[in-house]
Amino acid sequence: MIQFDKFELDNGLKVIVHQDTSTPMAVVNVLYNVGAKDEDPQKTGFAHLFEHLMFGGSIHIPIYDEPLQRAGGENNAYTTNDLTNYYCQIPAENIETAFWLESDRMLSLAFSEKSLEVQRKVVCEEFKEHYINKPYGDAWHKMRTLAYTNHPYRWMTIGASLEHVEQAKMQDVKDFFFKFYRPNNAILVVTGNVTTEQVKQLAEKWFGPIAAGAPYERNLPMEPVQHKSRFQDVRADVPLDMLMMTWHMGGRLDENYHATDLMTDVIGGGATSRLYEQLIKVKQIFSSIDCYHFGTIDPGLVVIEGKLVKGITMSVAEKAVLDEIELIKNTMMPTHEVQKVINKTESLICFEDMSIMNRAHSLAYYELLGDANLMNQELEKYQKVTPELIQQTAQQIFQDTNRNTLYYYSKS
Amino acid sequence: MALDRQMAPVIKDAIDFDIKLKPYQHFVLDNQVEVYTYEGGAEPVMLMDMVFFAGNSYEDKNWVAAATNFLLKNGTTKKSAFEINEAFEFYGAHLSRNCYNETATIALHCLTKYFKEVIPVVSELISEANFPEKELQIYQQNLIQRLSLNLKKSDFIANRFIDEYLFGIDHPYGKYAMQEDYKNVTLADLTAFYDTYYKHGKCIIFMAGKFPSDMQELLNKHIGQLPLNKKVIANVTHPIVSAAQKQYSVVNDASSVQGSIRIARHFPNRHHPDFAPTQVLNNIFGGFFGSRLMRNIREDKGYTYGIHSYIQNHVQQCAWMISTDAGKDVCKPTMEEVYKEMKILREELVSEDELKLVKNYVLGGLLGDLDGPFQIIARWKTYILNDLTDAYFYNTIDVVKSIQPEQLKTLAEQYLKPEDFYELVVY
Repeated sequence: MIQFDKFELDNGLKVIVHQDTSTPMAVVNVLYNVGAKDEDPQKTGFAHLFEHLMFGGSIHIPIYDEPLQRAGGENNAYTTNDLTNYYCQIPAENIETAFWLESDRMLSLAFSEKSLEVQRKVVCEEFKEHYINKPYGDAWHKMRTLAYTNHPYRWMTIGASLEHVEQAKMQDVKDFFFKFYRPNNAILVVTGNVTTEQVKQLAEKWFGPIAAGAPYERNLPMEPVQHKSRFQDVRADVPLDMLMMTWHMGGRLDENYHATDLMTDVIGGGATSRLYEQLIKVKQIFSSIDCYHFGTIDPGLVVIEGKLVKGITMSVAEKAVLDEIELIKNTMMPTHEVQKVINKTESLICFEDMSIMNRAHSLAYYELLGDANLMNQELEKYQKVTPELIQQTAQQIFQDTNRNTLYYYSKS
Repeated sequence: MALDRQMAPVIKDAIDFDIKLKPYQHFVLDNQVEVYTYEGGAEPVMLMDMVFFAGNSYEDKNWVAAATNFLLKNGTTKKSAFEINEAFEFYGAHLSRNCYNETATIALHCLTKYFKEVIPVVSELISEANFPEKELQIYQQNLIQRLSLNLKKSDFIANRFIDEYLFGIDHPYGKYAMQEDYKNVTLADLTAFYDTYYKHGKCIIFMAGKFPSDMQELLNKHIGQLPLNKKVIANVTHPIVSAAQKQYSVVNDASSVQGSIRIARHFPNRHHPDFAPTQVLNNIFGGFFGSRLMRNIREDKGYTYGIHSYIQNHVQQCAWMISTDAGKDVCKPTMEEVYKEMKILREELVSEDELKLVKNYVLGGLLGDLDGPFQIIARWKTYILNDLTDAYFYNTIDVVKSIQPEQLKTLAEQYLKPEDFYELVVY
């Protein structure tokens, strides 16, 4: 049970405080309710490029990192399709430095041309390192375009193409900032050796004077129900054939979310999962195979991806996977198998909650979903999942008309 | 009063922090296996990290140590691989294993309440593993496939080659496995290695987290009666055979859009008096986001997504390494800038201001690194396995707090000479 206090400033900034006196450190986490899904389809990759620019100087402070490092702190950030999260860990005695830095870049960036020019290049190198100069690096780009026809999850956070990143203009940067990076579109979480009183005073002092922006009304195009199975062939210079399949699933707040999560764990999460045991060990059709899901806020995808053992044909591999799926749909799962994945989840939650950093991330994320206290209800929701519910969920999701398949062939 | 946002809040310098490494508890099992523990944390979880002297330094044939470490979880006289995995996973426990140069580990992460359920299985793995033939065959087949995939990656190739240049292909720090090595390993190799280095091997245990009240009894019952620590493990030494040539350029994939750059030189181990002060110099050079390499090559020129320098974590002999992936057309300028930064460190004194920032960053980071029971025991594990005590910890802090620009310049003159570095680009 993670205890916390919650309050809101007049400008709409939500603030959450979790005290832990066993540590000398504190974490200051600012989550902005903007992700790659909020981008203009002609200007993709922007939320992530923007994350880089947030380190390029704010209106009163030329370099973000330096004063933080001087105060013994370190920081990082990440962008997903749903959100952008910035965090720093710092000795608790120096926490005001983090408030000073984070509030200044929420107030306004410096909008330096040099920073934009350099970060465009840095992100292009990141794009090359992870998505071009890497075997199968383009697989997700292709799969997203195949599975999503309408919803902005059809592009990756890095962007649909290098050109979009290369063409980013300063005016785009400014528009994006003043639209999304406003206090009323953000959640501030402070964890560690701090008191609520102290955080209240610091938040009022540093974030209080920042003006609210126009409320952001998210109105994203929804993905229509898929009625026909889709397939795509790819041939590339990779050593092994790969099979990748996805099925549409519900969103993060869907009532079957927890059942879906456990179901993917039973199917392909680790060394006792069905796919691992049957298709890697017993039948030796795949050399690696996993089943997982997106866990995105809007409806996501259940994924099965695996690399084929040399000499096995794609159709044999595909049939073997689909046979396992049929078993899940048509046979009731033994109770102990469900209990196993619930126990695994309990363990995972406990290990995750060990650090004040993870607690800060989780509190911010669940508050974004609607209520930070959802964090404390997760385990109970998992414990309520039954074999019947998993079977029903499997029958709903694993319909052939709901499936997208990428056959990724080795040229050699 | 208006808020002055130009003015940084007052900070307490990390050099004024009183950083302490909390002590471990220690006990010895009936079979003389030493156990180091640190109890703490709010969550009901724990870690048991068993260290065996079974790294690749002890193998006579390439890849035997790693394969034994991996496959000891894939079958015992009583259980199949699936049943073993099930015995851990049912309780949400996770058993990982890793093979290094001197040591190999078996680490159990579990909920405190299930320790008593899973500890007997750990015991079974180190006394009754039986290496089924089919498990070895599947593992070989899948590793050969994975290797073919990794050999497409320039960074994978670069990491292998640079270690080979530094230490030689027959040295534990420099060798790597190819397809043939995977194929050549037999069940007899695994069984023999297991018998000597696990079943009758030398073991040290590190534990952290929240413990069940009968933890010591459980450990003694299940681990303390095994035939461990009976024989003295013979010291093995391997000569370092460094490459004569220093500069390399390798084309792995003609269509590559980036090059993987590695620049490295030998460096002494932790017992050398230069080790601690050079960590400070390394931080200034390329050891963190605000380092000179990062600011110049990423933040000013945009040649790369990231560039780092670090001193390798070896027991006997280390290397000082600079590592980055840069755009194909800017690999050469990237390397020139690296050498330029070395020259500046050799010829100019680091400013007091920059040095103070780095000192604060290093010590603040240390405070954060010691936050939590797993982190504390990990630090102790490193010290104990390297024959160090907490004196090393406090000495390092003193060095960081007191080091002066002149000393850094002297170190740079000694260790940042371009002619000492091996240099490699893989496209």
